[in-house]
Amino acid sequence: MPAPIRLRELIRTIRTARTQAEEREMIQKECAAIRSSFREEDNTYRCRNVAKLLYMHMLGYPAHFGQLECLKLIASQKFTDKRIGYLGAMLLLDERQDVHLLMTNCIKNDLNHSTQYVQGLALCTLGCMGSSEMCRDLAGEVEKLLKTSNSYLRKKAALCAVHVIRKVPELMEMFLPATKNLLSEKNHGVLHTSVVLLTEMCERSPDMLSHFRKLVPQLVRILKNLIMSGYSPEHDVSGISDPFLQVRILRLLRILGKGDDDSSEAMNDILAQVATNTETSKNVGNAILYETVLTIMDIKSESGLRVLAINILGRFLLNNDKNIRYVALTSLLKTVQTDHNAVQRHRSTIVDCLKDLDVSIKRRAMELSFALVNGNNIRGMMKELLYFLDSCDPDFKADCASGIFLAAEKYAPSKRWHIDTIMRVLTTAGSYVRDDSVPNLIQLITNSVEMHAYTVQRLYKALLDDISQQPLVQVASWCIGEYGDLLVSGQCEEEEPIQVSEDEVLDVLEGLLVSNLSTPVTRGYSLTAIMKLSTRFSSLNRIKKVVSIYGSSIDVELQQRAVEYNALFKKYDHMRPALLERMPIMEKTATNGPSETVQTNGETDSTILDTKHLPSISQPASQANDLLDLLGGNDVVPIIQTTVPTKPASAGGELLDLLGDLSLTVIPPMTAYNKNGLIIEFTFERSNPNPNIAVITIHATNSTEADMTEFVFQAAVPKTFQLQLLSPSSNVVPAFNQGSVTQVIRVLNPQKQQLRMRIKLTYTHKGSPVQDLAEVNNFPPQSWQ
Amino acid sequence: MIKAILIFNNHGKPRLSKFYEHYTEDTEQQIIRETFHLVSKRDENICNFLEGGLLIGGSENKLIYRHYATLYFVFCVDSSESELGILDLIQVFVETLDKCFENVCELDLIFHMDKVHNILAEMVMGGMVLETNMSEIITQAEAHNKMEKSESEEQVSVGFLASALDRKQRRCIVSV
Repeated sequence: MPAPIRLRELIRTIRTARTQAEEREMIQKECAAIRSSFREEDNTYRCRNVAKLLYMHMLGYPAHFGQLECLKLIASQKFTDKRIGYLGAMLLLDERQDVHLLMTNCIKNDLNHSTQYVQGLALCTLGCMGSSEMCRDLAGEVEKLLKTSNSYLRKKAALCAVHVIRKVPELMEMFLPATKNLLSEKNHGVLHTSVVLLTEMCERSPDMLSHFRKLVPQLVRILKNLIMSGYSPEHDVSGISDPFLQVRILRLLRILGKGDDDSSEAMNDILAQVATNTETSKNVGNAILYETVLTIMDIKSESGLRVLAINILGRFLLNNDKNIRYVALTSLLKTVQTDHNAVQRHRSTIVDCLKDLDVSIKRRAMELSFALVNGNNIRGMMKELLYFLDSCDPDFKADCASGIFLAAEKYAPSKRWHIDTIMRVLTTAGSYVRDDSVPNLIQLITNSVEMHAYTVQRLYKALLDDISQQPLVQVASWCIGEYGDLLVSGQCEEEEPIQVSEDEVLDVLEGLLVSNLSTPVTRGYSLTAIMKLSTRFSSLNRIKKVVSIYGSSIDVELQQRAVEYNALFKKYDHMRPALLERMPIMEKTATNGPSETVQTNGETDSTILDTKHLPSISQPASQANDLLDLLGGNDVVPIIQTTVPTKPASAGGELLDLLGDLSLTVIPPMTAYNKNGLIIEFTFERSNPNPNIAVITIHATNSTEADMTEFVFQAAVPKTFQLQLLSPSSNVVPAFNQGSVTQVIRVLNPQKQQLRMRIKLTYTHKGSPVQDLAEVNNFPPQSWQ
Repeated sequence: MIKAILIFNNHGKPRLSKFYEHYTEDTEQQIIRETFHLVSKRDENICNFLEGGLLIGGSENKLIYRHYATLYFVFCVDSSESELGILDLIQVFVETLDKCFENVCELDLIFHMDKVHNILAEMVMGGMVLETNMSEIITQAEAHNKMEKSESEEQVSVGFLASALDRKQRRCIVSV
């Protein structure tokens, strides 16, 4: 068989291929040749073949059949073979193949080889891809090499030790004695890798950390020597003596000094020295300064030093080099929590960075700007941020809009300003606003009572201009529905009132319903708005007509609404004014705000951070058969439900007080359901003045060891009864009876018949969905008589 | 820790790929393609730091790259490495290659892939920086090369000797 071609030849051949298919063909041919050569067990050319295989692997072709060959190469005596063999092992093998364990013995022998280069190869391979089993077996050898005087091997052994510690953390103690005199080495390579090893050990174990704190003086001394020593050609990079080592030592000092007063004090001087003496004209100097600044911020440094650090960062911001500016913005973001005032001084520079062309810088500047907003600078900052919102890329708009909303909420100087800002955001970036901002905004508008007229007027004008931005349209139609009477009566104080007639308003809303730009959600909003106007406007017939048309709409949601509203006109007209009256002021109990992109300044508003569970809004919609369930249908404004307080009783309480107050008459509770660890108990109350209503509160508890999630409780009653199910407290029943889900059921029983109920439970338990039906017949007589 | 070191040209063809974490072969190729996509879109006067692509760890990892003539040198690192330091490291790496290959160009990297790997192995080991002193690295790499050369010379001379012995034996047989 002719000698296999050299690597060079192969590469040259492949490069002549003009198409991908040609290349593939060549490679397949060569692979076949290599495979047959491997089968022949030819020692002389094996290394050449494996080299070619590695090249093909890099181009993306499968090369797994070469794995065993790499092992054979490693076992050979020749250095050339070993070299390629180890390289192949590092590229082709990893923990997942069992083959790699066969290497262990070879590596062990090579770690004790007479030639240092072979030992070096073995260490390198072990450090790159050693699995935990291999590391366990060979850790002793590595530890021995860590103590050798040969600096070439010592530095490799140090990094190999880091890898071993990462794979098998328990072995960390084994390396402790060897680290004793690592720092007294002169060789920078060894110093560097030793510092890495020490850093790794300190990061992993707090005991090691306290043990190594005593090394701080030594580290400070080494750093001092580096800075003070004159020019040394071998370690010089652009005029600074071994910056890599300096940076590593600074990082280790940071870890050692964090939270510890004594060490921090020992470091203060040297940090000040580095900060002032380092030349900043090249990237190298800036790298060291950057690391110094991070260290100063993390340890317990004195305030003068901290101010120095922030000023360095400020200088970085003005640097022409983009990389430096990026790095400065990132570190300012980290420090803005702790040193807020100092960072404020650089606010104007940061705001200028918003106009930078570089996308990464813009993003950092935006995040930092949000972090810097406070009560004093809100007006100025907001102007800049709104300008930024106008001109930035679409990827930013969502985050920017949410950030603006959050900032405006916290620091708005006046309600009018707040609403103006919101309007501005909605009109410029309306389609990028997050979905959950719509309910937040609606709540905000509801709460600013005196601004209703102004708000609805401005929203109406915005609608006339543009109906393509869905969040804007949704908010606008909701407002017009609520405050349409103010709009028509022209009562606005803040602005010049516009003359609008009822028909024009209804035209706009109907326009939304038919427009192609409106999403189904928006259509739902506008239909409801039209319905609400039936109590505020006088053109009842027009509204009735619209509503009845949509009773046969293809969209199921619209159809359901229209049908229900129709019924409201026909059968329940007496209830209509009460149902459709103005929404009360809602308390804010939970925020869905995007707090991940905006960093707060540590001022937490206690109402915003209240984390009660949000009720599931699907509950009311899926409830059985009853028209009274219009109400579990805050379905009139479905999304609002998520921010409404979760006390189940109050969800229906205000608007449907037809059913009267609750009063306490003692009726014994009963267990309705007890299966598979889920227990549901009913407790009863009869309400006065209407004795036909029984209020049942269910308590669901879970005694198994796993939580029941997505828990949904449904109930149905015979035709003579009427049932109303209010929102549950949550939909997760915690395990081990740690908590319970409660829900209120109201049953109207005008004919005083015996109460019977069929219940359906669905939940997910241990990953699988569970569904169950049950009949509840054992109601105590006092509950229905 | 350095997660990966990639060198590819302006068209996305890989010239060197070293991963310090385990990925399947397919994933490795996808990572190379994804990284090329992200890096080639960047303008010339934009900063050299990027968030990592989804395959290589998303926003926890950063891509730090430098563009030299026809090649992109990309280091994928996690948050424990200093960004500016890695930029310097790339510079040292390229300067070392320059010294070893005498005015290195893309062709050198193509035809001597194994040598480039060896030099890299002297600088970065297991994802951590081993040695940054250029002369030290070059000395080690040259020592390795010398060993290889001496071995292959031995082999040639042994082969020569063997064939000479062979001929002598044959002559002996013939003469007898």
